[in-house]
Amino acid sequence: MSSEQEIHDTVSTQEARMGDGVDNRFNSKLREAFGSSPFILTKFDKFMNWVRGSSMFMLQFGIACCSIEMIHTYAIKHDLDRFGAGVPRASPRQADVIIVPGTIVSKFAPRMKRVYDQMPEPKFVVGMGSCTISGGPFQEGYNVIKGAEEVIPVDIHVPGCPPRPEALIYGIAKLQERVANGETSPVTVKPYELEQFGDLERDELVQHLADEIDEDDLVMRYNWANSP
Amino acid sequence: MSLEEPKPTDVGETPDGNVDYAELEALLGDAVIGREEHVNAPAFVVRPDEVQQALGALREEAGFDYCSCVTAQEYEDRYESIYHLKKYDDPTQEVGVVVPTTRDEPVSQSGEAVYRTADWHEREAYDLVGIEYADHPDLRRILLPETWQGHPLGKDYNPEKPQVVPFREHANPLEPDQRGEGSESDTMFINIGPHHPATHGVLHVETVLDGEQIADVEPDIGYLHRCEEQMCQQSTYRHQIMPYPDRWDYVSAGILNEWAYARAAEDMADIEVPEYAQVIRTMSAELCRIASHMLALGTFALDVFGDFTAVFQYAFRDREVVQDILEDLTGQRLMFNYLRLGGVAWDIPEPREEFFEKVRDFLDGLPKKTQEYHNLITSNEIFQLRCVNTGELPPEVAKQYGATGPVARGSGVDIDLRRDDPYGYYEELDWDVITEDGCDNYSRVLVRMREVEESAKIIEQCVDLLEEWPEEERTIQANVPRTLKPDPDTEIYRGVEAAKGELGIYMRSDGTDKPARFKIRSPCFCNLHTLREMTEGEYIPDLIASLGSLDIVLGEVDR
Ligand code: SF4
Repeated sequence: MSSEQEIHDTVSTQEARMGDGVDNRFNSKLREAFGSSPFILTKFDKFMNWVRGSSMFMLQFGIACCSIEMIHTYAIKHDLDRFGAGVPRASPRQADVIIVPGTIVSKFAPRMKRVYDQMPEPKFVVGMGSCTISGGPFQEGYNVIKGAEEVIPVDIHVPGCPPRPEALIYGIAKLQERVANGETSPVTVKPYELEQFGDLERDELVQHLADEIDEDDLVMRYNWANSP
Repeated sequence: MSLEEPKPTDVGETPDGNVDYAELEALLGDAVIGREEHVNAPAFVVRPDEVQQALGALREEAGFDYCSCVTAQEYEDRYESIYHLKKYDDPTQEVGVVVPTTRDEPVSQSGEAVYRTADWHEREAYDLVGIEYADHPDLRRILLPETWQGHPLGKDYNPEKPQVVPFREHANPLEPDQRGEGSESDTMFINIGPHHPATHGVLHVETVLDGEQIADVEPDIGYLHRCEEQMCQQSTYRHQIMPYPDRWDYVSAGILNEWAYARAAEDMADIEVPEYAQVIRTMSAELCRIASHMLALGTFALDVFGDFTAVFQYAFRDREVVQDILEDLTGQRLMFNYLRLGGVAWDIPEPREEFFEKVRDFLDGLPKKTQEYHNLITSNEIFQLRCVNTGELPPEVAKQYGATGPVARGSGVDIDLRRDDPYGYYEELDWDVITEDGCDNYSRVLVRMREVEESAKIIEQCVDLLEEWPEEERTIQANVPRTLKPDPDTEIYRGVEAAKGELGIYMRSDGTDKPARFKIRSPCFCNLHTLREMTEGEYIPDLIASLGSLDIVLGEVDR
């Protein structure tokens, strides 16, 4: 068969889109699910999951080098919005996904925890880059938290230093898939929590800081010795 | 100034523009207790209680008006602060001031009264190394949390020790006016950041407002202090340090940063870089500068116009093109790791014609694009209203704070290390240093936009050169030993013109293959220090615009 013939034999884009008949012209998954009647029966949970996965509001949250690639993922060319995970929100109260794009250090971790706490449930976390996995190139730094999971639970890890925009898109698509399927993130043990200073164990360090910090101030206590 | 009148020379300056160190030593008199030879310039050892007097004399009489960096370090038997001084008129005239203090009582006089910029540098020295500065106006930690225990770059720091970091919310934002007795108005405290879309990263600006006006601002940094200096101190010169510079100023300025390290290490170990490699370095560095300035422009427009639309997206469209070119050259979009000591990692990718064509296409399209930006941004009335005459930084103030790069040049300070302290291939090429005299937010943006055009000129000339370069002479790396061990106690401070200004590296060797002290002089750190001068008495939106026009990168501010 000549190659010309081949072209003619394949279905044209228009035909493909039209599907079998006029009634079916949009031929979308939803349409298919509807079948001949305009009603569908589904579990509410399932429906909600599907909705959630298809329209995700990201938090505009930049930390370090990875955030540059994250901006590129939002911006022209890679355009994350194509996948229904688009325009970043400036306020955590409007967002349901937080991408953690960078190295977390001791001073920032309590703030990040607070931002995460301010997001409404259900919320999801994408860890971007090696730094959010283990501390990345700065793993041995005296001030660096060895991964975002020490502070907040992470649903998807995207490795790389920095991951390419394509990789981040893949990670987000995976998250969408999981959200749509109603899979929850594994329970992780977070060693670092915000707690009241008064609740800390009264060891030498806490005694020493007693004049500087009020009993009811929130603090985070880092145990570098047993960090991974 | 008329042409006949020869420029009066400062004390210690020879007519041909060199420094007469004997004369300087005489000027400093008793304060000097010794002299050290650093690779970049000799340094005077000064008594810790005479610092102000010595720095004052060097500044007022010898004309060293630029304190580029303060390095602190700990030896087995003493602490030491080094003030690296230069002149804005001629940055090749350098001198160091070394201030030793004992280990038991690490106190030396502060240089803040002479150079404002020393304020933050000394706070950093106190924070990381543990030297105290007498008469310092506000000596507290700058990068680490206030409650941190120990000084991590000191010798007896124990990294295993637990730490407690508080998270305080401001209790009462309203305070009675502290400025005047009879004043009726209250002031209001606002936190901007550390998570805020307009702070360009994790910066925290503590702002006190009086009505709409800013009564006081205090940048609180350290939210991205990821121990870059420690990382470099535990890595080998030859291979392990080079990836880190990419992560200081991570806005695609990678190669510019790598060059700072490469230049310092090459001068330290006396490595000659082949000319061909220098041309490639020059070209790729300028590509980085374009990408970096594009981001500055895009995010600035985002700050001023407040939306994610046209200008921002256009700037990112152009960045994508540059990143594509750089990816072809280096293999990476952002963290290039392309320079090597003594050259570059590899040659221009084959087929070379294709690569050059791609670069030329980009350059050919650039004038139209810059015109577009001018139409959209600089000639936009709203934009002008926001930026002209806001965030003013007079040249004298800029110098006091050690500002460099587009921030200094936007205030009419004519300094650019590419021209004044030439390296690479810049000297052979035809390009201009851009300055603007407006001293405001608008000028700083204009400087960046015009610098993009100059960079394009440089790249074009480099491409011409590279195309013609005879095949047998394409040496991309000098012969450098596999492990590099500079002679013990070699000290060097060297800077290059990175995207944001002078990026300097101080290194001291101890005879091993890793530096004993590695100090980064970050341009953003010094430029950010000027924020208070620029914004006091202005409105909040002007603060946001000023912050945007400073174009800081927190990775480099905090290191
Ligand atoms: S993973 Fe790499 S690129 Fe990302 S924040 Fe960490 S150091 Fe930067």
